Amino acid sequence: MRKEMLTGNAAAAWGVRLAEVDYIPVYPITPQTEIIETLAKWISDGVMDSRYVTMDSEHSMLTAAGSASATGARAFTATSSQGLLYGFEMLYAVAGWRVPLVMVNVSRGLSSPITLEPDHNDVLAARDTGFLQIHCETCQEVLDSILMAYRLAEDERVLLPIIVNLDGFYLSFTREPVAVPDVEQVRNFLPLYQPKHAFFKASQPMAQSAAVLGGSSYSYFKYQMHMASQNALAVYKEVCDEFETGFGRNYDTIEGYMLDGAEYVLIMTNSFSTLGKAAVNNARERGIKAGLLRLRLVRPFPVADLKAAISRKKAVAVIDQNISIGKGGILHSEIASCLYNEKHRPLLLSFIAGLGGKNISPDEFEFIINKIVTGVDTEDAGTAQLIYTDKEWQEMGRLKRMAGKG
Amino acid sequence: MAGNGEIKEDGGKGVKDMVMERIKSIKDIPPEENMLPGTPACAGCGGLLALRHCMKALGRKIVIVNAAGCFTLLTIYPYTPFKNSWLYTAMACAPAGAQGIRDALDILIKKGRLDPEEDLKVVVLTGDGSAYDMSLSSTSGAINRNLDFYYICYDNESYGNTGVQWSGATPFASKTGTTPPGRICPIGSELAKKDLFAIWNSHKPPYLATISPAHPVDLINKFKKAEQYKGPKLFIALSPCPPGWGIDSSYTVKLAKLAVDTGVWALKEAVFGVVTHTVVPKRFKQVEEYLQVQGRFAHLFKPVRQEAALNKIQEEVNEYWNRHKLLL
Ligand SMILES: Cc1ncc(C[n+]2csc(CCOP(=O)(O)OP(=O)(O)O)c2C)c(N)n1
Ligand code: SF4
Ligand SMILES: [Mg+2]
Repeated sequence: MRKEMLTGNAAAAWGVRLAEVDYIPVYPITPQTEIIETLAKWISDGVMDSRYVTMDSEHSMLTAAGSASATGARAFTATSSQGLLYGFEMLYAVAGWRVPLVMVNVSRGLSSPITLEPDHNDVLAARDTGFLQIHCETCQEVLDSILMAYRLAEDERVLLPIIVNLDGFYLSFTREPVAVPDVEQVRNFLPLYQPKHAFFKASQPMAQSAAVLGGSSYSYFKYQMHMASQNALAVYKEVCDEFETGFGRNYDTIEGYMLDGAEYVLIMTNSFSTLGKAAVNNARERGIKAGLLRLRLVRPFPVADLKAAISRKKAVAVIDQNISIGKGGILHSEIASCLYNEKHRPLLLSFIAGLGGKNISPDEFEFIINKIVTGVDTEDAGTAQLIYTDKEWQEMGRLKRMAGKG
Repeated sequence: MAGNGEIKEDGGKGVKDMVMERIKSIKDIPPEENMLPGTPACAGCGGLLALRHCMKALGRKIVIVNAAGCFTLLTIYPYTPFKNSWLYTAMACAPAGAQGIRDALDILIKKGRLDPEEDLKVVVLTGDGSAYDMSLSSTSGAINRNLDFYYICYDNESYGNTGVQWSGATPFASKTGTTPPGRICPIGSELAKKDLFAIWNSHKPPYLATISPAHPVDLINKFKKAEQYKGPKLFIALSPCPPGWGIDSSYTVKLAKLAVDTGVWALKEAVFGVVTHTVVPKRFKQVEEYLQVQGRFAHLFKPVRQEAALNKIQEEVNEYWNRHKLLL
């Protein structure tokens, strides 16, 4: 083991290298490209023994990654935003092939308007595909999650592909100290991929991805995927325990920050959770019993863990760094549906913030936390709040005047 | 990595030897059937007949990578007519699927995790709509990377599976569901069929050929010749389609033959870009003979003869063969 200062992207590349991936089809897109360039260099230098190919699109890239996995190789690929959407058809297809592909998505807001900085509309668009999703806050977590993802995906009770998500710029280009494990240590945790269910070889012809006629067969295979995803909740705990034994770091499905004794809880995902944790500290200093829950496993949705963590809290505010146009925060809806049948359930508030990489300042967090407190006092959760500061409003006004729309 | 144009090592067997293995008559066609009957394809499907011959040439140690189209329904859970492996991908990306499989087989063999005896030929199977339109990008990439694979395009000149609509392979003046002849547009399809052979050939692949289900000897020999090359080996089969073309299912072979005899479908091959015609009719029949038996061209004859359109079609065929100095 050694410590290095690594960006989120470099940490991702290290995860792939340590997992001794066989096959890497790629396609460049900001802010993901550093991952595939790092891997290309390692392969060119001979420190990594993988086949690497630049495809003509993310649609082709996902197909090649999935079909290599269906042949029996351990495959990896990476993308972001527009690329994820360009390959979207194949997300459903590859998940249906039941192959344990691991893909990194480096979150970035979706066009239009075209932009580079992160929010989670890209990765959450893939939430129904069958891919499991692990969302990361730190560079260390990115590396570790890739190793855990292969273990989880390749488990015979699961056999579904996984997206490991990290925020563009805020994590992809931020250096943090990362413990890089030794490859022997990783081999103990992650054995060779030797599939019994899906491969291509001359002596055992196999028809994969056959068509079905009618809803009975179709439903059967879809239900199988859903049940496998549900199985993954228990398998995840095993993987988590073994990872902790091997590497000394623990990653549960959710991470609680000052949750014990908290009455008011923020729910967040990914790198902005770090800002949320600082806001919790500030609130505590003001005498407000705040805490934060970071959702790490987004698919399968850790319903039981969530309920146990928040059903007896006074109030919960979901800060969605995404927007389902015409509905609101995606995770807010998902969390609300978990709590609906609970006898004890907190007041649930919804905030949209951090779209397209928009910062969430301490003032904005203070506003949100004050809203939670007054919400409890008035027993009114209100409607979804679209967070935007006065300063931003004024600046936008200036830009509009320059554009002749003032 | 194999450079463009690498020839497979074949234990000292040169190109000439391979050519000498050419079959001479229909009696020499391998009797083994690698695709069994009982598929949901239409009676008289020309594409299926072409595929049956291709499968005889390819043998059983193959994996077919399929794109959305009629032949996707050859493998419906839990049935398959094939004795070989199969992977359905999606409409745009069968060549990318082939890339992943080929690369995975190669790396597994290299790392000693797969016995070389277990190796497979990777065979893309798509319709024209996929080949001429949606998967041009993934195909171009695969050829450019010199991917070692076969590509069989059964060209029924339409999006057949969705009920016969215009595709990039639909010929001028053809009636399809989306090019219906009418008062404003009496011609039907106003666009020319794309020249996929030329598009693919611009990449100078090791081997590229047009084939016909009515010329199985030519077809088998082309596969035999292709076998010596490592890299892309590409085939386009003009495939009469009874419901799409408006012909009786017993007419398939006759029409496939007429397409060649009238010069509409040129049987040819290209080795690293150099084109040779393999079947040149001694006397070309008039194109009209081919057109008038097909429902999709009926509007060119009734209620009024569309002389200009008919002439244009004949002239284009003449021009092609003149250009190649083969019109006798
Ligand atoms: C992305 C996508 N768009 C459209 C379709 C609908 N579709 C299914 S088969 C098909 C026609 C394919 O035409 P072709 O490749 O010529 O094969 P054929 O049906 O003629 O055998 C179409 C358009 C699809 N499956 N996927
Ligand atoms: S529609 Fe045409 S190509 Fe499709 S199965 Fe029927 S005959 Fe064959
Ligand atoms: Mg077609």
